[in-house]
Amino acid sequence: MVAQNIFFYVIAAVMAFSAIRVVTVKNVVHAAMYLVLVLAGVAAQYVLLASEFLAATQVLIYIGAIVVLVLFGVMLTRAKLGEDVNLTNDYWYVGAFTGVILFVLLATSLLDHFGDEPLDQANASTQISGNTEQVADALFAPYLVPFQAVSVLLLAALVGAIALARKD
Amino acid sequence: MMLGLELAYWQESILRSLGVLAAVLLPAGTFVYVFLFKMVSFMQNRLGPMEAGPYGSMQLLAEVGKALQKEDVVPDAADRTLFKMAPYIVVATVLLTYVVVPFGPDMVFIDNQFFGTGIFYVMAVSSISVIGIILAGWASASKYSLLGALRAAGQLIAYELPLVLSVIGVVIQAGTLDLQRIVVAQATGEIFGWGAIGNPFILTQFIGLLIFMIAMQAELAQTPFDMPVAESEVVGGYHVEYTGLRFLLFFIGEFATAGAFAAIAATLFLGGWWLPGLDLEANYMNVLGPIILLAKMMVFGGIIFFIRFTYPRLREDQLQRFAWKFLIPLALVNITATGILKVVF
Repeated sequence: MVAQNIFFYVIAAVMAFSAIRVVTVKNVVHAAMYLVLVLAGVAAQYVLLASEFLAATQVLIYIGAIVVLVLFGVMLTRAKLGEDVNLTNDYWYVGAFTGVILFVLLATSLLDHFGDEPLDQANASTQISGNTEQVADALFAPYLVPFQAVSVLLLAALVGAIALARKD
Repeated sequence: MMLGLELAYWQESILRSLGVLAAVLLPAGTFVYVFLFKMVSFMQNRLGPMEAGPYGSMQLLAEVGKALQKEDVVPDAADRTLFKMAPYIVVATVLLTYVVVPFGPDMVFIDNQFFGTGIFYVMAVSSISVIGIILAGWASASKYSLLGALRAAGQLIAYELPLVLSVIGVVIQAGTLDLQRIVVAQATGEIFGWGAIGNPFILTQFIGLLIFMIAMQAELAQTPFDMPVAESEVVGGYHVEYTGLRFLLFFIGEFATAGAFAAIAATLFLGGWWLPGLDLEANYMNVLGPIILLAKMMVFGGIIFFIRFTYPRLREDQLQRFAWKFLIPLALVNITATGILKVVF
């Protein structure tokens, strides 16, 4: 338990530092690299919580697909080497305000729900082969309809994006 | 517990780390010597390297020595940090991929009761190498590198989908994501009540294997799909500015990834470290298993490099159309058919 706590704080510190660097660094590609560190930190926290399926999904979707798409887009438009002074725009305080609101919201709801209650360690250590089977059982039995609805919604968004992007 | 030895946790960890290094470097070296140096030479009616060691078998060490003593050149306009970091990302990805591949009943790098995501984890970490490639191309400050990296990114994203989808058929049949249990499922499976050779998934998932092999060829950027490194157009693509050790790392990354994908293909479709007639839980399998797996990897490696040295290069639009309009629909049909048959039988 102690080792997990230490690693939690180390990873959290790296994540917080990288998150600040994402918005303060003077180069778009460097910002994307710090974003990779933040997202990899999230995956590492999932592993500490014995949720390796979620961790693998995090890596596959966010690092393997979304950051790659961001980099792809940046390179197709403009990706200057060296420093770019005009990266921070005038509305940064709106973003900071939104961030603070989100933090307060998440923190109060988590504290309200869990309080001082420790995480269910017994459950995490006795389950065999992590929780991949549990995720599958939950998705395809009690949550089947919401899961399918979200899938159809995503498909509709995908088709819509293509329809909007195509001019002909 | 390995081979009847009782080891402390730290001793096991050191053994496992060394094991991953050996698992990455040995197949990569074997692939380079057997296929890149020798097989292609015989296909082209020449002898290949003959001077260093018997039949040129030490040529690889000579090449490594040559690469190590070369100057480490960083272009003036390059982004120094990212330029130096990129090859390490590519090699780290391969090291991570091998972590879940089982080499025998106890010859595993990570216990599956702690980490059961197996093949899904492989797909996740193998997608990280794209970032290393894009970074290499961008940080080199060369238009050839950037073009190569953009081609690589487009191609790797396109072919990652059929790669992931082709595996799902195997996962449905085995009923697990864990590679060790996929091996056991193939070893204990039966074909209509006849279990003498188990049930290697190559028999039932041949469409999946075909898609996996094609997508693997594209992920490795080997020849029909080598637009990203096309030497006649972008003079080597993303690694054109690299010299010495960092070029060597890209080179190792390429062939070690070929080894990793061959190992995964062998585990998924050919029964992994098991052969018909052998005891699944016997202790000798810890020694025999890695050899059997390496032999199966050589089969897949042979196919990869045979195709590489035989076929001409595809055009960019051809390979994109091939992935999106042929491979992905075929993979989806394969998944549906497997699901229906799994329920029926």
